Amino acid sequence: MDMGRERIAKRAAQELMDGMVVNLGIGIPSLIPNFLGDKRIFFQAENGVLGIGKSPSKGKEDANLCNAAGYPVTVVSGASYFDSATAFAMIRKGLIDVTVLGGLQVSEKGDLANWMVPGKRVPGVGGGMELAQKTKKVIVVMSHVSKDNEPKIVSTCTLPLTARRCVNLIITDRAVIEVTDEGLLLTEVMAPYDVEDVVRYTAAPLRIAASLKRVE
Amino acid sequence: MVRNEYGKIISIEQAASYITDGCSLMVGGFGGVGSPPSLLQAIIEKGVRELTLICNDTAFPHLGVGPLICEGRVKKAIVSHIGSNPIAGQRLHDGTLDVEFCPQGVLVERIRAGGAGLGGILVDIGVDHEWLAAGKQVIEVDGKRFLLELPLTADVSIVYAKKADPFGNLIYDKSARNTNPLVAMAGTITIAEVEEIVPLGALDPEAIVTPGVFVHYIVQSNGVNWKWIWEESASPNGQRKN
Repeated sequence: MDMGRERIAKRAAQELMDGMVVNLGIGIPSLIPNFLGDKRIFFQAENGVLGIGKSPSKGKEDANLCNAAGYPVTVVSGASYFDSATAFAMIRKGLIDVTVLGGLQVSEKGDLANWMVPGKRVPGVGGGMELAQKTKKVIVVMSHVSKDNEPKIVSTCTLPLTARRCVNLIITDRAVIEVTDEGLLLTEVMAPYDVEDVVRYTAAPLRIAASLKRVE
Repeated sequence: MVRNEYGKIISIEQAASYITDGCSLMVGGFGGVGSPPSLLQAIIEKGVRELTLICNDTAFPHLGVGPLICEGRVKKAIVSHIGSNPIAGQRLHDGTLDVEFCPQGVLVERIRAGGAGLGGILVDIGVDHEWLAAGKQVIEVDGKRFLLELPLTADVSIVYAKKADPFGNLIYDKSARNTNPLVAMAGTITIAEVEEIVPLGALDPEAIVTPGVFVHYIVQSNGVNWKWIWEESASPNGQRKN
């Protein structure tokens, strides 16, 4: 396990509060339940489950009880099953408090691109558009730079968009950045990186919060 | 003892005869979970080609609707994503598969609209999205802009359920319900593959999810003939490299 991914997931877990209804994307977001302690969160999945619990132990998997990525899950007391149209009714009606999604690019206005790389990968958008556009709070978790060391936080997304002006918070292996009406606000820097590193590898203007926290 | 009092209970071979070259086929399931394994196997064995497939996704190469894609039986797929089936991506790039992408919630609501006899639905998902909104009619209601999304129906819908009675009333199993109740409503002919056929009256009317009036035929499932993705990979929690 890449420690950067764990660290991002651990930080994102702090954003989830007791009693919230939360939808997690695949990839780094799927690690978040490992860091929630005693918090009671109702995890929703697009395939039609509200109240996803821990992963089953080996041998206890049920092929008919899976998350949206097709992996076995369990349910907590109070869980419900429903069809996918009902799952998206919850999403479009704004009943999901937080969604945590992966990202390829986020712009300074909070535009999100996370579904295709033209000429390379066209996986399709899945339920990402609805989640990004309709969830009360959208958190994007991703590495700060791409494999080619290119900034993923940019002035304007060059990749096809998932949704415009939808992202509220960006958590990377180097920083926590809020998307505000006045642009991007750097609130936390993760050691061993410093503010200069973060600014250098962010291709959009960053304001530095007066209360900037350095996280060891 | 179950009596076939409505003539809806048929063999898998009889069911497969309704799926013919060039037809539109809607399939329940989400990442292969809740897709009807025996019917899909029979369709593959029958050698049907040139299908228009409507499904949540293209599943994984070896399970759900995945083999239909991999064996080149599908000319066009209307789905929300193909990311878990790399062969679908290859076929899209080499031009042997046409894919109409639709956001997941819009796709299932279009299917629901088709099954509910509606002429279209108004959704604001992607209304300002240049790719998704392209070519679609924008309708303004009370100052808000919506895209007109058109209903989806199919010549044949195939679904997977836990139990059916001879009238075709269906109940599902946990997250294997997913798109199945919607797909069941949207077929000109709907065939339900079920784990168990129970006598009329054995299902509690309060518990029935799909009323039998939507279901034309019922087949007894032979069970899943594929290995699930989590049985093959060591990676827990659905973790994938992003």
